[in-house]
Amino acid sequence: MIPELGHFSLIIALSMAFLLSLLPLIGAYRGIVTWIVFARPAAVAQLCLVGFAYLCLTWSFLNNDFSVAYVANHSNTHLPLIYKISGVWGGHEGSLLLWILILSGWMVAVACLSKSIPAILSSRVLAVMGLISVGFMLFTLFTSNPFERLYPMPIEGRDLNPLLQDIGLAVHPPMLYLGYVGFSVPFAFAVAALLEGRLDSAWARWTRPWANIAWMFLTLGIALGSWWAYYELGWGGWWFWDPVENASFMPWLIGTALIHSLAATEKRGVFKAWTVLLAVLAFSLSLLGTFLVRSGVLVSVHAFATDPARGLFILIFLSVVVGGSLLLYAFRTQRLVSTVRFGLISRETSLLVNNIFFGILCFSVLLGTLYPLILDALDLGKISVGPPYFDFIFSLIGTPLLAFAGLGMLLHWKHDMLSRISIRLLVCALGCLACGLLLPLFLPFYSVAVAIGLTGGGLVIIMSGSVLFDRLGKGRVLARLRTTPCSIFGMIVAHMGVGVFVIGVVITTAYSIERDVRMEPGDSYSIGPYRFDFEGTAEVPGPNYRSIMGMFDVYRDNEKITRMKPEKRFYLIQDNPMTEAAISPGFTRDLYIALGEPIESGPAWAVRIHYKPFVRWIWLGALMMAMGGLLGAADKRYRKLGGRISGEFIPVRPDG
Amino acid sequence: MKLRTVIPFVVFCLLAVFLTIGLNLDPRKVPSPFIGNPAPEFSLPVLQSGHTISLQDFKGKVWLLNVWASWCAACRDEHHLLNTLARENIVDIVGLNYKDAESDAVNWLAELGNPYTKVLVDRTGDAAINYGVYGVPETFVIDDRGIIQFKHIGPLTPDVLGQEILPRIHNLQNPND
Repeated sequence: MIPELGHFSLIIALSMAFLLSLLPLIGAYRGIVTWIVFARPAAVAQLCLVGFAYLCLTWSFLNNDFSVAYVANHSNTHLPLIYKISGVWGGHEGSLLLWILILSGWMVAVACLSKSIPAILSSRVLAVMGLISVGFMLFTLFTSNPFERLYPMPIEGRDLNPLLQDIGLAVHPPMLYLGYVGFSVPFAFAVAALLEGRLDSAWARWTRPWANIAWMFLTLGIALGSWWAYYELGWGGWWFWDPVENASFMPWLIGTALIHSLAATEKRGVFKAWTVLLAVLAFSLSLLGTFLVRSGVLVSVHAFATDPARGLFILIFLSVVVGGSLLLYAFRTQRLVSTVRFGLISRETSLLVNNIFFGILCFSVLLGTLYPLILDALDLGKISVGPPYFDFIFSLIGTPLLAFAGLGMLLHWKHDMLSRISIRLLVCALGCLACGLLLPLFLPFYSVAVAIGLTGGGLVIIMSGSVLFDRLGKGRVLARLRTTPCSIFGMIVAHMGVGVFVIGVVITTAYSIERDVRMEPGDSYSIGPYRFDFEGTAEVPGPNYRSIMGMFDVYRDNEKITRMKPEKRFYLIQDNPMTEAAISPGFTRDLYIALGEPIESGPAWAVRIHYKPFVRWIWLGALMMAMGGLLGAADKRYRKLGGRISGEFIPVRPDG
Repeated sequence: MKLRTVIPFVVFCLLAVFLTIGLNLDPRKVPSPFIGNPAPEFSLPVLQSGHTISLQDFKGKVWLLNVWASWCAACRDEHHLLNTLARENIVDIVGLNYKDAESDAVNWLAELGNPYTKVLVDRTGDAAINYGVYGVPETFVIDDRGIIQFKHIGPLTPDVLGQEILPRIHNLQNPND
């Protein structure tokens, strides 16, 4: 009964989304006020209905209702409670429902926080998002219904994929979806601006915090995914250039370009058409990612169970949404001319360079990801594109990008003179270059890549620091702290995060030590100053698995620092072995032990021991970037507008 | 409407065409010109034995040729399946140790178990080139007349083994069923 209620609720939500996507658009076109103001309550109603459907599915998980096929395939009576809750999005159907829930959540957020925006614009925005909901709800109901019943009902469920029984992966999809779906807000704003044929700095001011927040969630989602891959997959890597990783990375790259270009559009009214295009592309790439993951066109480790009918549906949907908005862009964009001029040496130029570089990076990732598919489609053979290609492109383009990131923050808008900042620039650049070139001498061996990476990463950090010094350095720090806009701190923190990230990447890549060794209890193995003593193994029972736990005492210079317990788990229902690596985290290094296989069922084990210097900096950098995005969105000027023209219907947009 | 504003739309249309074609392709299936053709000749030393054997020595029975290397992480993943298969004694599994150091290969087998009836040593990778090997691991099903019947690229999975390889071996071993 409960699953049917959920199913029914989703169907009503679909009809609500239909109305939401039609009435306000027609109302805005023909000037029917009641149809325009319908958007807000409809969005709230949609969220309630979808939320109810989602709760029904969760209820089925919590009550082990294996008569629901989706529950039977993704749960089990022995599954711990937390994974029953996260199991709701552990498969294709449920994750779609989560997607729709998050989309509805964003819609209500827009409805509630857009009271200062002209109703005609906000209702258009909600209508576009409603249209996207219609597509996803149709997709769910017709090809991937999570409420479908199973007859005869199995006595026991098939359990959640052990890889997903992990707290990191429980949180990763919602974060990622918050980011993916979050880009539907700037997308809807862009489409609304194209429909209206007008775009000014007020538009950019409304769109910017949404883009920042979506970008923040996407950054967190990707970082969580990378962290999860690091500790759960047992390979010790943090990024694999897998098509699905790329699918989430492409919207991030374009999203990064978007938040920078929005800054220029807001402050100076430049790059209007370009910003709109980026907003359309960021969400289009999110949809493309969905298509790539769920249609089975590419080989990937994370692909969902695939079905050609689903692939076709998303492709049609993708064509309608992306093709439609790009066509709209083609017809309407010449109205969005920017008449403002700016000098060659200006922040606008550096943001333009940023946009070009991020565009190239995204295109390279797209090409690398789809190249095998394109060749195959043209019958030119089967190939795969691997890390060397991506590593090459990113080191080639990333290096100058870092330099521009540092420079751009120092430049003024409109027109600036290099002579104003030349001394500081020179000191910073030479200082970083000297440090970058000299530091690797003190590391295990000299590497040019590390020298370049340290120089570039250091440069961004130092330049961000110097912007901070400009703001706060000259006395009365507290007073200045209060008057400095939040978004400046956002910019500084995020760019420092980039530097931290780059330093982490180059050092981990160059100086990680990975050893596969055979160890018997009593054996010890040393890497650098660290000694690992294998004490033996013990069997430990778990709720739905049994585990063999290895015990390692770790010494640094003969002083015991920790005991590490890597596990080899055997999940009973899916009959799957899983490696739970033991990690001893540290600010400057991680120690990582993964238990392999017992050797000839004797006491000896194949053990993988890694020493990973600075690997935490990768995620620390990503966290700082996300933090920066949040600070940027929290700026007071985005809230100031609220209240002044609260809620009431204003048919003509005020000029911002 | 200016031309350059249409570019994104045109690019997307092209992309959509490729995605549509891609939808009907299976990226996991790699056609091999070797299937249905005689396996290429080889003459290779056997690991830790000193003597050399050639393709002719395998004529008369169905066998699996598994290309592996101690440096290959994916080989580690499929190894327990090979060990299980070897215990069942259905078919001879011959290893082709690809571009590997002998001591590494020996240690690897000592560590993970040895499912192979024989391990051929292809230090230079020439034999693997003749067999059209893209990367390790790859697995070939070769019949009693020395014809390659099936090829799997990448680590074996229970599905591939159960649905593709074992039924083929069964049919080849019992042609009269």
